[in-house]
Amino acid sequence: MTQAHSAPSDQPGRPALSLHIPEPKFRPGQKPDFGGLRISKPGEIPRPPIDVAPHDIRDLADGVIRVLDDEGRAVGPWDPGLSATDLRRALRFMMTTRSYDDRMLRAQRQGKTSFYIKCTGEEAIGVGQSLALAAGDMMFPTYRQPGLLIARDWSLYDMACQVFANAGDRMKGRQLPVLYSVPQEGFFTISGNLATQFIQAVGWAMASAYKGDHRIAAGWIGDGATAEGDFHYALTFAAVYRAPVILNVVNNQWAISTFQGFAGGENATFAARAIGYGLPGLRVDGNDILAVVAVTRWAAERARANLGATVIELVTYRAAAHSTSDDPTRYRPADEWEHWPLGDPIVRTKQHLIARGDWTEARQVQLAAEVEDEVQGAVKKAETLGVLGKGAQHRPETMFEDVYKEMPPHLKRQREEFEGGR
Amino acid sequence: MTAMTLAQALNSAMDVMLARDDNVLLMGEDIGYFGGVFRCTEGLQKKYGPGRVLDTPLSEGGIVGAAIGMGVYGLRPVVEIQFADYSYPAFDQLASEAARLRYRSAGEFWAPLTVRTPYGGGIFGGQTHSQSPEALFTHVCGLKTVIPSNPYDAKGLLISSIEADDPIIFLEPKRLYAGPFDGHHDRPAASWDGHPHSEVPDGHYRVPLGKAKIARPGNAVTVLAFGTMVHVAMAAAADSGVDAEVIDLRTLIPLDIDTVAASVKKTGRCVIVHEATLTCGYGAELAALVQQHCFFHLEAPIGRVAGWDTPYPYAFEWDYFPGPKRIGAALVKAMDAKAW
Repeated sequence: MTQAHSAPSDQPGRPALSLHIPEPKFRPGQKPDFGGLRISKPGEIPRPPIDVAPHDIRDLADGVIRVLDDEGRAVGPWDPGLSATDLRRALRFMMTTRSYDDRMLRAQRQGKTSFYIKCTGEEAIGVGQSLALAAGDMMFPTYRQPGLLIARDWSLYDMACQVFANAGDRMKGRQLPVLYSVPQEGFFTISGNLATQFIQAVGWAMASAYKGDHRIAAGWIGDGATAEGDFHYALTFAAVYRAPVILNVVNNQWAISTFQGFAGGENATFAARAIGYGLPGLRVDGNDILAVVAVTRWAAERARANLGATVIELVTYRAAAHSTSDDPTRYRPADEWEHWPLGDPIVRTKQHLIARGDWTEARQVQLAAEVEDEVQGAVKKAETLGVLGKGAQHRPETMFEDVYKEMPPHLKRQREEFEGGR
Repeated sequence: MTAMTLAQALNSAMDVMLARDDNVLLMGEDIGYFGGVFRCTEGLQKKYGPGRVLDTPLSEGGIVGAAIGMGVYGLRPVVEIQFADYSYPAFDQLASEAARLRYRSAGEFWAPLTVRTPYGGGIFGGQTHSQSPEALFTHVCGLKTVIPSNPYDAKGLLISSIEADDPIIFLEPKRLYAGPFDGHHDRPAASWDGHPHSEVPDGHYRVPLGKAKIARPGNAVTVLAFGTMVHVAMAAAADSGVDAEVIDLRTLIPLDIDTVAASVKKTGRCVIVHEATLTCGYGAELAALVQQHCFFHLEAPIGRVAGWDTPYPYAFEWDYFPGPKRIGAALVKAMDAKAW
């Protein structure tokens, strides 16, 4: 039985309607070639004053702000002028992030945790943006920005304890691995659901403005999750109230198996989403640490000057699987990342430091060894305490705590029943 | 007949319906080229094309809202929400829209959509990949809620759901996709190979909505269960030695109260089992109905074994999961009215 309101219509001379189904350029077995990707030249995009009218910089949403050129030189108006010390710190944090990821992946393969998510190829985003924000600012990340914490010199041991859900896990084994929470560093508890934090970041920023505070907020979201309603909520509220917030879209090209075309990336850039809300939208090379720092600083200055929110699209590539539950060779060429035209953020940072005479290959090798030692020491210490289901664990009856501020009678009864039945 | 896992049986149901009815199409996150994160739609896009097995944006509200529009046109969309935990962004479209189109238009509009979604724990999914939200849906009038427990039922119930003219919430016990699971998590994972309900007809057949099934006949106490818990309850009966009659409800709304009441009148005792949190869970509705229909036959209070009233804790999965030990204790208690 069909519904009575309409019947198919045949109109000679007009084309039959059809659906467009997005299709990524390359599938397994094909040779990736990103030659068709439109990427601005390093230094090419102008740097407007922070009080520019969003309407006047609409074209920035279509370019890619880049500072590092192919020879590793910093060029153009967006060069943030980082000191050699700051740059070496950034390099170290990026290398720490990658080394930690690699080690935790191995731990997962060894059964020490059930699950892990890497951020390989995206290290410049977490690290660069963390360094561009001030202490006290509030970050609402996704699960793919551990660099935000690592760049704050946060304890790798603490992070590893969370992944192993051992007795040192401050989340008491309640959350999936990598869903960290570190209020001391302005790092909001990560949700296992997508996009929810984006509008929450706006709300935190609204509260800061409401109280006449000076702290700003930053939210992160993936290209795929921009399809959730929360993205629209965030941009709407941020624009309406001129909230002091930075809204970061990490476009790593892939949402598990769906390429960014399924989030509407074929038709317009994610930075261009901002235009419809009257917000400035900047698009930046997410694998260029200098560009990431510069653009984030620009947005932060705007927010601190009461000029409102900025949308930043960070163009990058998810080099690893979505998670340890995923097998990307099923849906994309295994070597696609190697063809990604924006390169490896760690290699590019190293190249830049060497080009400016502040680094050598020998020191790079030495740093890699130091980082490896640091990561290994922290993770080993956490493993020694306990891993999933083995060693020192939280008491299972702690699962009844924190559902409410005070445990209501019915939960106390359930806890007693649980303890009695063990 | 072919031996199938539960995931393969669901795949077969969608395959059959895509072949039979041009109005049937599939939509969901990662379901097309990739074949779904639990492989339930594997091969279907290759067979029917990307225009009938659609990968979608990550937008559960969008998926369900679009499916409603398609249903209004006259299609029969079958959508996958990747985890039942992700259904909440779609809740307005389900509860306020899909469920009520027929009512608010006095029968002029409706949307025959089927929402498939994996639910339940047992895979260390933490609080956002383990929930059992069936009671949120059974509380919404206008939605039907279906939960299979084995490959044969899964295929027949999914075909009936796709053919139904009402919106269906089809909850799939994710721990059963690859094999039955009796709650003994410390034992090797079982496979569907050789299981009597894994022999599945290759073609079209229906398992009717609204009909429960006796999964294990018994005389001592009636156990009401669905999905994964059917297997756990049967293990509890075997372990505890209590001759329980385990009823697999299969459809929560509409409920087969006749089968339930006949069994409880026979045994005089009832234990209700579900993985979802206890308070205001579907078991509360069952308990109310059982006491109403069987009050003068009851020889002990109705027992409930459920998830604790907390979010699903990642590391304490097996302390949270209502396993055979807890259910067995409830069966023993049900046999002794003085124990209450």
